Amino acid sequence: MPTWTEYIFSKKLGKAPAPGEVVEVAPDLVGFHDLTGYHVLEVLESMGKVEVFDRDRVVVAFDHLSPPPTQRAAEIMVYIRKHVKSLGLPHFYDVGGGILHQIILEKYAMPEQVVFAADSHTNTAGAVGAFAQGLGATDIAATLKLGKTWLVVPTPFRIDVEGRFLRGVMGKDVALHLLGQFGAEGFSGFSVEVYVRNPGSFPMDDRATVANMSTEMGADALMFIPDEVTVDYLQRERGSSYKPPQLEPGRYVDRYAVELDRLEPLVAAPHSVDNVKAVREVEGVEVDQVFIGSCTNGRLSDIEAAARILKRGRVKSRCIAIPASYDVFRKAMELGYVDVLTKAGCVVTYGTCGPCLGGHFGVAGPGEVVVTTSNRNFKGRVGHPDSKVYLANPATAAATALEGKIVDPRPYLS
Amino acid sequence: MKIRGRAIVYGDKIDTDVIIPAKYLVYTDPAVLGQHAMEPLDPEFPKKAKGAILVAGRAFGMGSSREQAAIALKGAGVLAVVAESFARIFFRNAINVGLPVLQVPGITKKVREGDTLEVDLEGGYCHNLSTGEKVEGKSITGLPLAILKSGGLLNYLKQVTI
Repeated sequence: MPTWTEYIFSKKLGKAPAPGEVVEVAPDLVGFHDLTGYHVLEVLESMGKVEVFDRDRVVVAFDHLSPPPTQRAAEIMVYIRKHVKSLGLPHFYDVGGGILHQIILEKYAMPEQVVFAADSHTNTAGAVGAFAQGLGATDIAATLKLGKTWLVVPTPFRIDVEGRFLRGVMGKDVALHLLGQFGAEGFSGFSVEVYVRNPGSFPMDDRATVANMSTEMGADALMFIPDEVTVDYLQRERGSSYKPPQLEPGRYVDRYAVELDRLEPLVAAPHSVDNVKAVREVEGVEVDQVFIGSCTNGRLSDIEAAARILKRGRVKSRCIAIPASYDVFRKAMELGYVDVLTKAGCVVTYGTCGPCLGGHFGVAGPGEVVVTTSNRNFKGRVGHPDSKVYLANPATAAATALEGKIVDPRPYLS
Repeated sequence: MKIRGRAIVYGDKIDTDVIIPAKYLVYTDPAVLGQHAMEPLDPEFPKKAKGAILVAGRAFGMGSSREQAAIALKGAGVLAVVAESFARIFFRNAINVGLPVLQVPGITKKVREGDTLEVDLEGGYCHNLSTGEKVEGKSITGLPLAILKSGGLLNYLKQVTI
């Protein structure tokens, strides 16, 4: 009766390692983006020769400083393209393809896989039940060269999700609830395994948000145990006929139940991801800019949630909306959401991290207050060190943009 | 592996955006990054970092995977980081770039700014030479120690593959 973590590592290693054990693992996928990728390639160059263990297992996407806002960012892209071409990497997404984690989720990651990428939010692929971890540039360079790396096997922790989402509550609120309960780094050393009691009540997009923000919880990985939602998603998006193994739940050191019916829209207030409050506790805070997007909340249902609210009028604060990939943008356009957002006065583009990391496309100025659907509100994260950042779900962000101050989204959804 | 230096003390949850803001991630040169280490929190840091042992609270290095966080501290002249706990990726990155790290619970209560410290990685302790107190932590052994002794993963791989 293995845990999902034990099951994945048993398949990889031939036996189940104990938590805390250091093991060598051969990954199924390895990824990098522009802002870590040039560093990865520099390290590979200093190792002697730029080579990769398996071209078909490497995914590259330009997302952080894309399209390049500075000459230096453009130089970085020129350098990476040169290597991508000489290595003949087939899974390369140039400017406009999308955010690396979204592309890995949309097109590549499968349950039971091990995924490493040079970015901390690699965990996102846990939405489909992959063991996915971020690593630094040198680690990824070595992994690309050798086709393996080492890791400390984490301790499985079980989360049961019960009930159904109430109106205006989304996957983001589950992530923020867990951050409020366990704190930043609260799951350090753990692989969190999430069982959803009513699979259909927790769609893939919301799963991706929770898996994504497990990074903020310090988790080594967070994986949704594959169920019918996973199977449907992989069938629909990839034509895959994946069938999850029938496993009895394994033994966990600890567990926690999330009761969806008891959650309300939440925020993480400045300057810490675990400074979690109910939206109603911070209602009325005046806001200069709203950002709807990122690898955390730039998926179709996120854009849909924003559009449902923004169709009511025009925004009172600046609002930037960035669907996380070209595919998400196309679908949002076909469904009319892009039209709604644009008419409401949002600046809309696609496939870039934008202001999330304070890189470009809406960097915060001194004293400005930003509400964002992204994943971090550290001091200076979105720009000036004296700006203040609130993390919220896309419905809260959209309602806030509409009013120019933080408001509870629920009255706007009736 | 023992390291001796003067303590600079910070609190909990020093994140990677504080250690090196994203606008500097277009560089990897330790000298350039070192000039901007800890900039949002303490602009004077680069002036006092040379020969220092950075002591911090819980979750040091939480946040992004940017290896520049570890490179910036090393580039500024920090000899080692001792923290109550570390974020997973920062801890690996530090080892990979040859910046010694040691987890020592309770350390921020036992050290004051300017104290002289001796850090013993294999022994897993931090000795405050100014107060005489020895604080036990989690020793560094096996592969991480071997990588640190080589000066980082790049050097380690050159040694083991040649």
